[in-house]
Amino acid sequence: MVQAPTRPHADPDSRAPGPRLPGVVLLRNAWRSLTSMRTALILLFLLALAALPGALIPQRSLNQRLVDQYFLDYPVLAPLLDRVGAFEVFASPWFAAIYLLLMVSLIGCVLPRTLDDARALRAVPVATPRNLARLPHHGAGPLDVDLDEAATRVRGRLRGWRVAERAEGDSRTFSAEKGYSREIGNLVFHLSLVGLLIGFAAGKLFGYEGQVIVASGGGQFCNTGILGYDSFRPGTLVDGTGLDPFCVRVDDFSAEFLPTGQAASFAVALSYQTGADLKAGRVDAWRSFPLAVNNPLRTDGSRVYLQGHGYSPVFTVTFPNGEQRTGDIQWRPVDPATLLSEGATKFEPPGITDDEQRRTSQLAITGLLAPTTSGGDVVTSVFPALRDPEVAIDVLRGDLGLDDGRGQSIFEVSRAQVESGELVRVARANLVPGQELTLDDGTVVRFDGVKDWVNLQVSHDPGQVWVLVFAVTMLAGLGASLGVRRRRFWARLTPSEQAGRTVVELGGLARTDRAGYGEEFDRLRAELLEPIEKDG
Amino acid sequence: MPELALYSDRLFMAAVGVYVLAMVLHAAEFAAVRSAKAVLVGAGGSDHDGAAARPRSERFARMAVSLTVLGAVLHAGSIILRGLAAQRWPLGNMYEFTSAVCLAAVVAWLVMLRRSPASRSVGPFVLLPVVVLLFLAGTVLYARAAPVQPALQSYWLVIHVTTITISSGLLLVPGVASILFLLRRSGRLPAGLARLLPSSDVLDRLAYRTTIIAFPLFTFAVIAGAIWAEAAWGRFWGWDPKETVAFVSWVIYAAYLHARATAGWRAARAAWINVAGFATVLFNLFFINMVVAGLHSYAGLG
Ligand code: HEM
Repeated sequence: MVQAPTRPHADPDSRAPGPRLPGVVLLRNAWRSLTSMRTALILLFLLALAALPGALIPQRSLNQRLVDQYFLDYPVLAPLLDRVGAFEVFASPWFAAIYLLLMVSLIGCVLPRTLDDARALRAVPVATPRNLARLPHHGAGPLDVDLDEAATRVRGRLRGWRVAERAEGDSRTFSAEKGYSREIGNLVFHLSLVGLLIGFAAGKLFGYEGQVIVASGGGQFCNTGILGYDSFRPGTLVDGTGLDPFCVRVDDFSAEFLPTGQAASFAVALSYQTGADLKAGRVDAWRSFPLAVNNPLRTDGSRVYLQGHGYSPVFTVTFPNGEQRTGDIQWRPVDPATLLSEGATKFEPPGITDDEQRRTSQLAITGLLAPTTSGGDVVTSVFPALRDPEVAIDVLRGDLGLDDGRGQSIFEVSRAQVESGELVRVARANLVPGQELTLDDGTVVRFDGVKDWVNLQVSHDPGQVWVLVFAVTMLAGLGASLGVRRRRFWARLTPSEQAGRTVVELGGLARTDRAGYGEEFDRLRAELLEPIEKDG
Repeated sequence: MPELALYSDRLFMAAVGVYVLAMVLHAAEFAAVRSAKAVLVGAGGSDHDGAAARPRSERFARMAVSLTVLGAVLHAGSIILRGLAAQRWPLGNMYEFTSAVCLAAVVAWLVMLRRSPASRSVGPFVLLPVVVLLFLAGTVLYARAAPVQPALQSYWLVIHVTTITISSGLLLVPGVASILFLLRRSGRLPAGLARLLPSSDVLDRLAYRTTIIAFPLFTFAVIAGAIWAEAAWGRFWGWDPKETVAFVSWVIYAAYLHARATAGWRAARAAWINVAGFATVLFNLFFINMVVAGLHSYAGLG
């Protein structure tokens, strides 16, 4: 089979000669090679190749822990990789260089080509080649009718094609072309890619993502500033001011588990107030929303997700002077299958002004919480739901080290304080709800019960709706670009020596990819020539 | 419903057996053609015996194709029963996923065969990877029918996984056609096989035509995945290993389509790119699922 000629892309010879200044020539040549199809191919390869390490080497943005582990496992290699940005491939300058060059190349390639095609759209289909038998698709045969009727027949078959009819001596020729929407689709597809990238970039610049733990049973969170978050990841141009000030309240959390302990569903009865509600002073008006995995709350240009949940044991401490304090800080799950949790609930004794004394009488309750206890001496959890909770706690007294200026994890006590003897264990016990424990100085620690907490994520991405829009137009453009074939068809009708007969020659050429034109051409040929072949 | 799950497993095994039988018949077809050729040479170039052997190889080939259809029907039955047994969409684990990819490949192959009968002798080479993958699915990857975790309960997920599965299966056909194309061009095929396989032109067209159906479907599947991730994980794209490799596959297939439109790249190089594209699809299906993502837990829930 003969290969259909393809259109040269950015072929230097096909353009008018430009100015002769060497610098300009250099620039022009650089631009031409940047916008050539071959460069596009190479850039696409580079893009694929450059993205691969992002899947094979742990990435900071996904999992810092794995990155740290990698540094331990490969102490020589890791720093080298780090230097070239291999742990944040998608934020690295070389990755950006590749896709930016690709976008420039794309615009420089596709736009001029489309302008050409727009011009071609108005142009008359090209004249019929002299020798149709040399085209990849061709056919010939006599028709038992005169020239005019043969011409009518051809015209009828070419409905839907753009046709030019010409006289050529005694003969008549038809040039027809079809499939212009392919080029339009191609343009829409490529430009949508640029739009998609811009939308994506807008999200990275102006978006943010914050995480916050909120207690179930009435805990509230307002998106008024970054300080309210436990962790906050701002976009490049986000300084944390001017967030959309909506509020949420976690009224209730419920989880269902299969008998195997596998989670079946999670749901939060959420109440929220939009920024507009608050602005209008409707501070008591709460709207309700069933927050669930796969069902985020969308309000004020942001989304609120249910990302995790866990338990907070509630302890009440009655100090020797009779004053009570209740602590219900969240503990963190250490086993995702059974939700066995660990943590540290810390107390300051009330009414003590003397610094020295205060520093020797702070309390911390640390240990393990089993939502469904095994019931043994060593507390373990056998099921993730809150069926039969029990805690195994150490009560520590002394200086928690809260004032030394270093940040402290809310889930642990300072190991340095324990090692230096400034924080001493004064009791150890296993408690179920309602049970209590009396310390040597008469302080009573009671385990009241367990509350749920949920981990909410607030995400703001002003670009994502544009990304979706361009993804849809991209897909539509791709469909037209791949589904439509640009093809040409020619017919030359010549009166035969025998009166009342006409010699028909046909030729066809797919202008883009030849796959698939054969059948259509064969059908056209059959429709035009076969009636005669049968009777003659 | 344990009986249903059992029947599903039986149908699965029956389908694999029928596919293997179809491959045997294809082999018999090849052997018949080869022996016909030997007789031909022995008889000093007389066309007589060759003409007699043709119908025999033709019969084997037709039986092989019919068996492939039967295998696909059993295979589809196995997947449907699996869904009924687990009472959910039957694409919830690697076993089900691999099985469905193979079914998509076989059906795609049968459809392409209808449109281009000249490519019939590619059949056993499509069935070979299918049987190997099904064997892996039935042994290493096998998992009992069970419900899935909350993050996986969403209709966007159903749309996403179904289209990813179908497009991955579709892409197996061009992958195989491109490998055969390259083998044929390298001239290293045994002469008997070379005579049997379709011309490089038919192979090339088979690869291209299947790819241009699979690629937009794959694109749609990735978009559907992003829509689902936006609702489930809080971002539509996060460069997690699976997303990253899907992106790599997508870019490689875009490069394939570009190569088809670039002088000097349209034949052998384009075929290499297509093979590389399918390699990344398989890599994503197996390596990323089993090795990389195994270390990576998505969200706290589930
Ligand atoms: C992110 C980068 C790009 C992607 C994903 C991409 C993807 C595609 C796809 C899928 C097609 C197939 C449609 C068809 O065959 O008609 C295509 C065609 C095309 N692309 Fe790109 N492209 C990219 C960049 C470029 C660049 C940089 C250029 C120019 C230098 C370019 C020029 C073209 C042209 C001219 C066609 C039509 C080919 C033909 O006539 O068949 N593309 N592109």
